[in-house]
Amino acid sequence: MLEQAGCTVEVPRTQTCCGQPAYNSGDRADTKAIAKQVLDAFEGYDHVVVPSGSCAGMIRVHYPELFADDPAVLPRAERFGARVWELVSFLVDICGMHAVTTRWDHRVTYHDACSGLRELGVKDQPRLLLASVGGLTLKEMSGAEICCGFGGTFCVKYPDISDKMVSDKAAEIVGTGAEAVLAGDLGCLLNIAGKLQRHGRPVEARHVAEVLAGTTEDASPIGVPR
Amino acid sequence: MLATSRTFEANARTGLANPILQQALSLMQSGFPQRRRLAVERLPEFEALREIAESIKDHTLEHLDFYLELFEENVIASGGQVHWARTPDETRAVVLQVCRSVGAKIVTKGKSMIAEEVGLNDYLEQNGITPVETDLGEYIIQLRHEPPSHLIAPAIHLMKEQVADTFRAEHRSLDPARSLAEARQLCDEARAVLRPQFLAADVGITGANFLVAETGSSIIVTNEGNGDLTQTLPRVHIVMTSLEKLVPTLEDAATLLRLLARSATGQEFSAYTTISTGPRRAGDLDGPEQYHVVLLDNGRSALLGGEFQDMLRCIRCSACMNHCPVYAAVGGHAYGWVYSGPMGAVLTPSLIGISKAGHLPNASTFCGRCESVCPVKIPLPKMMRHWREREFTEKLNPPVYRAGLFLWAWVAKRPALYHALVELASRVLGWIGRGRGRFRTLPLANGWTAVRDMPTPEGRSFHSLWAERRKDGAGR
Repeated sequence: MLEQAGCTVEVPRTQTCCGQPAYNSGDRADTKAIAKQVLDAFEGYDHVVVPSGSCAGMIRVHYPELFADDPAVLPRAERFGARVWELVSFLVDICGMHAVTTRWDHRVTYHDACSGLRELGVKDQPRLLLASVGGLTLKEMSGAEICCGFGGTFCVKYPDISDKMVSDKAAEIVGTGAEAVLAGDLGCLLNIAGKLQRHGRPVEARHVAEVLAGTTEDASPIGVPR
Repeated sequence: MLATSRTFEANARTGLANPILQQALSLMQSGFPQRRRLAVERLPEFEALREIAESIKDHTLEHLDFYLELFEENVIASGGQVHWARTPDETRAVVLQVCRSVGAKIVTKGKSMIAEEVGLNDYLEQNGITPVETDLGEYIIQLRHEPPSHLIAPAIHLMKEQVADTFRAEHRSLDPARSLAEARQLCDEARAVLRPQFLAADVGITGANFLVAETGSSIIVTNEGNGDLTQTLPRVHIVMTSLEKLVPTLEDAATLLRLLARSATGQEFSAYTTISTGPRRAGDLDGPEQYHVVLLDNGRSALLGGEFQDMLRCIRCSACMNHCPVYAAVGGHAYGWVYSGPMGAVLTPSLIGISKAGHLPNASTFCGRCESVCPVKIPLPKMMRHWREREFTEKLNPPVYRAGLFLWAWVAKRPALYHALVELASRVLGWIGRGRGRFRTLPLANGWTAVRDMPTPEGRSFHSLWAERRKDGAGR
C-alpha cells in the first residue's frame, strides 16, 4: 500500500521495540536507551509509518514527554515524533489516499484501538478507506471506542479484569453479526482474536491493512492455521 | 477509613463475581456517559470551558497560599471560623470539639468525601454523637455499614431490591407489609425517616464543591435538597473540606459549575446549588448561628510543585470513573479506599502511600478515556505512570516482574540478538502450533492463556519475510 501510494519503503534492521513495555512499567532508563535506538535507526527518513497505533503514539506523543528533562535529546525527539504516523492515517492524511480498489465480500466491524483513537485521532481514516472496499459492509459496535482490555502487561497482571473487558468486547463484536473484526493495533487484535477463539466464535480477526491491501488470501486470519 | 487497596486483586475478583454489582455497573455504563455526551453536544463552548477551567485551577494552585489566606480572612469577616487540619486526626478532633461545645447529640450530614476520608462517622459514634447521613445514597450505605463506591452515587453498587431489603431491616417501626418495590417508595420512606432528624440535629456537616476566596463562601451542589436542610436548620454548620477546593472568585466558581453537572450526570446544572457565606446575620430568616470551615491538608500540599500537582485540579465530578472500563468491571469497592476509578488510582497513593496502594495505578490499560472526559484536563494516565515510576525506582514491584522486564530490555537493546530471538520464537512456536493455529496453554503465559487463546505466530518474522521479498526483487 505504501509503495502504491508512491513511497519508497525501507525496514531498518537496527530497530527493535518502541520501548512502551518499559515506559509503562515505570522504567525510564531502559525506555530512554531504547528510544534513542529508535531515533538512531529512523532519523534519516522523511516519515516513519507504524502498523500499530499504540507504538506510533509512544513515539509521537510520549518520546517528547520522556525527554522533557533532557535538552540534548528533546528537540530531536520532537522533530522526529512529528514525522511518525499510524499506517492508515498516514495513507489518508499524508498520502491523500481516499479510496482503494480492492474487494472483500464480508460484513465487518471495526475496533477503535485506544492509543490510535485518543492519542493520534485515528477514527475516520480507516472508515473512509473501508467504505471503498468492494463488497464490504461495516457494522459499527456502539462501544467501538471502549478498550478491549489488552493494555500491554495489564492483561497478564490483571487477567480477571482483562477477561471481563475482552469478554464484553467479544460479545459486542458477535452481536453485530460481523464475519470479521478489523483494527489498526496488533495488541488489541491478538487479545480479541484469542478471546473469540477461546469461546469458539467464528469471527475472523484481521489487521485493517490486510483488507485494504487485498492480501487476505495470502495469510489466514489471526490464530487460524494455514 | 482503613484501606484495603493492597488486596485490590482479591477485591476485584469479588466484584467481578457479584451479579448485583455487575448489573448495577452495566446500567451505569450506559447511563452516565450517554447523558454526559448529550449535555456536551448541547453546549458548543464545552471544550473552551475545559481550557478555562484548567487555567482557573492552575492559577489557584500556583498561588494557593495567597488564596487560602484571603479565604480565611473573608470567612472571619463574615462571622465564621476556619480550622486548619493537617491530618485526619486533627480534623476529627476539631469537629468533635465544635460538636461538644454545643452539646450536640445528633449531627446531620450532607455528602462529604472528606468526612469519609477521615472516618468521621465511626469517630462521632465512639464519642456518643449520632451522625445521620442525609444524601440518599450515603444514607443507604450508612445503614449497610459500607464505604461509598462512587464519588457522586455512593450506593451505585446496589439495585433497588437491596435498598428495599436494607430499609426493611433497619426501619423496624414501619409496617413490615408495606410495598418497597418502586424507587419512588424508597425515596418517600427515606424522606419520611430523615425529616425529623433534620429538625432534631444540633450540628449540620456538609462538604464543599468549591470554596470562594473573594467572599469566604462555600458552595455545595445536590439533587435532593438535603444539603440545604443540613446546613440551614441546625445551630451550627461545619463545612468539612480540603484545600484544593478553592477558587479565587464567584465568577470562577460559576465557570466550573457549568462543567461540573454536565460532566457528572449530564445535567445542565444540579437541582440545588447553594452558596453559604458565614452564619446567620441579623435580619436573616434562617441559617446557622455558627459557621465553621475545617480545611484538611492530609498530604495535598506536598503535591504542590511536583509531578502530581495537576491532580489537585480535580472537582470530583466522577466523569473519569463513569468512563473507565476497569471501574466498570470491578466497581468502586475494589479500590479499597474512599476514592476509586482513575482519580482514585492517582489520588489514593498520594494520600495513603504507594506501598499500600500500588495496585491502583497499575490496574489501568492507559486507554485514556478518563483524560478525554476530564473537565479540568487532568492527565490521569500520565500520573498513573508517574506512580509506576516511583514504584520501579523504589523497587516495589514483584521481583519476578522486575526480572522479566530487565531481561526483555536487555534483549531489546541488542537488535541482532532481538531479531534472532524473534525469528527463533516465530519458527518454534509456529511449528508447534501449526495444526491448531493457537495455543490453549503456554509455559510462563498463564496470565494470558487462563482466559484466552494465544494465536500462533506465522512461522516467520516480518523482518525475515521482508528480507526475502527484497532479495527476490519483489516490490520495486
